Amino acid sequence: MDFIELVQSAFEALLLNKMRTALAMLGIVIGIGSVITLVSLGQASSQSIQTQIQSLGANLLTISPGAQRSGGVREAAGSNTTLTLEDSNAIDSAHFASISKVSPEVSRRAQITAGRNNTNTQVIGVTPNYASVHSISMQSGSFITTQDVTGLKNVAVVGPQVVTDLFGGANPTGQTIRINKIPFTIIGITVSKGGTGFSNQDDIIFIPIITAQKTIFGIDYVTSISMSAANPNSMTQAQNDAGYLLLARHKISSVAQADFSIFSQADILGAASSVTGTFTALLAGIAAISLLVGGIGIMNIMLVTVIERTREIGLRKALGAKDGTVVTQFLVESIILTIVGGILGMILGIVLSLIISSFLSLPPAISISSILLAVGISGGIGILFGWYPARKAANMSPIEALRYE
Amino acid sequence: MIDVSHLSKIYKMDTVQTIALDDVSFSIDKGEFVAVMGPSGSGKSTLMHIIGALDTPTKGTYILDGEDVSKLSKDQLAEIRNKKIGFVFQSFNLLPRTTALKNVSLPMIYGGIPKKERMEKAKMLLKQVGLEDRMTHTSSQLSGGQMQRVAIARALAMNPSIILADEPTGNISSAQSNEIMCLFQNLQKQGHTIVMITHESSVAAYAQRIIYVKDGKIEKEGTPKKGKK
Repeated sequence: MDFIELVQSAFEALLLNKMRTALAMLGIVIGIGSVITLVSLGQASSQSIQTQIQSLGANLLTISPGAQRSGGVREAAGSNTTLTLEDSNAIDSAHFASISKVSPEVSRRAQITAGRNNTNTQVIGVTPNYASVHSISMQSGSFITTQDVTGLKNVAVVGPQVVTDLFGGANPTGQTIRINKIPFTIIGITVSKGGTGFSNQDDIIFIPIITAQKTIFGIDYVTSISMSAANPNSMTQAQNDAGYLLLARHKISSVAQADFSIFSQADILGAASSVTGTFTALLAGIAAISLLVGGIGIMNIMLVTVIERTREIGLRKALGAKDGTVVTQFLVESIILTIVGGILGMILGIVLSLIISSFLSLPPAISISSILLAVGISGGIGILFGWYPARKAANMSPIEALRYE
Repeated sequence: MIDVSHLSKIYKMDTVQTIALDDVSFSIDKGEFVAVMGPSGSGKSTLMHIIGALDTPTKGTYILDGEDVSKLSKDQLAEIRNKKIGFVFQSFNLLPRTTALKNVSLPMIYGGIPKKERMEKAKMLLKQVGLEDRMTHTSSQLSGGQMQRVAIARALAMNPSIILADEPTGNISSAQSNEIMCLFQNLQKQGHTIVMITHESSVAAYAQRIIYVKDGKIEKEGTPKKGKK
């Protein structure tokens, strides 16, 4: 019996009991479908997180104040107020080859009002360097200038989300908004960078840094200093250059005692991908369990089929079918069952992940590898769970099988 | 053709021993039509299983076509069944929902005969048993006699050394029984060797020689009463 005939006769046998075949397949369809859906959703969210982090700026390094120590009690990281505008200027005027731009930042949430509308959003005090360090582009108007900073001007650049929230989308350039009741004139609107929830980079207001320190928040420190490295290879060098300069300025002798920390965008990216990787693996694990259940379903049905076809098996053996031939016949049936189920499951998975990702406004990410894997796995399940019933069929004694009623 | 000597078959169930065949010896020549008769429990089914290479004896030898079948492996037995033995069962044992043509070609599939040749041979055999107008009928569309003819055509498919029939008329009407028995007689005239198990003397009468089995032993051998045909 050649291969094509084998497949043909397996199809015929499966079509004899359509309902049972369909039900057996359903387990595999759901299993493979959920594996593909969950894995592609996991990959889509991981991609979306990575794009968001990358859009924060190229070759970005951030210096944050470290934890404050008071009498041996360590407070939360970032609670310290050791970073100042002077630190930032010192890094800038050192003109390290590894660092291209330095951007000191003061960031807090504040209540904003414009006419009758109001919102609570992130207000960041910046210098002109912020735009290039964080890859901000302007939709209209201009970004904060050096004159705005040194002149302590009350001007603001707003994100598109703020425009929507406060002005209903109308062009607000030249309009006045009140930050903590102090009036500011809008001089520009940034281009949308996307993002949702905590990381919404469109729901943001930029004002000159000295204005923010003196007029709005009443502080003399900065909450962070961002730097862009000259190129991706000089990230580590930039980290060292800025780090040792600050250690010297803060009169700290050992790195372990540093009252600040410097982390790069690569660190955040790494942490984020490890989180999403674990998440994806978890989802895939859950889906794999349903695949396992589907496989057991196949074994169940094949066992019933073997019992039901006892006489047929006995006859085939009496007519000269060897044990191996009988094993092959039943294995091919279960493999066809799982592969057809796998293909249907693949289609279901692709459709489902397209629908869900459009609802969650994630980029669709269906990888060829996950599809091939799913089809391969379903074939494997066919062999794994078809083996026992097929062996059972082959081991039947032809005499007993022919006598079976 | 068939040479059975000192054949014994003992079934062991826990501590109980059942002697199904006890030192049986006989031989059947090529072209003979032999009936094996005996009451139920006499061991004639066990004898048929061994002759049909479905089972192996506990003791003794069984030589078929010059080959000792008593000590072969499972796969070798399957090959013997395929090439040298044509089975005709009491309950026909055709594949359900399958055409007569496909049923007849089934042993040829396991014999590794190419598809085209299989189909031609199956058509030829169905013509031979008088079913040329029933080739594409499925088993359920055939009468008992017709089903047994399909089974006989299937038994002939691999040109076996012997045709082994187990109560071939047990499930069909007497009129059709006569037709089937005449078919066997015709096959014998064409040179086929036929061994038939039965408990009906009227059916055994179509054979040339009758072996009577009782309590696992050969009780006697004889020829059917003449004038019965």
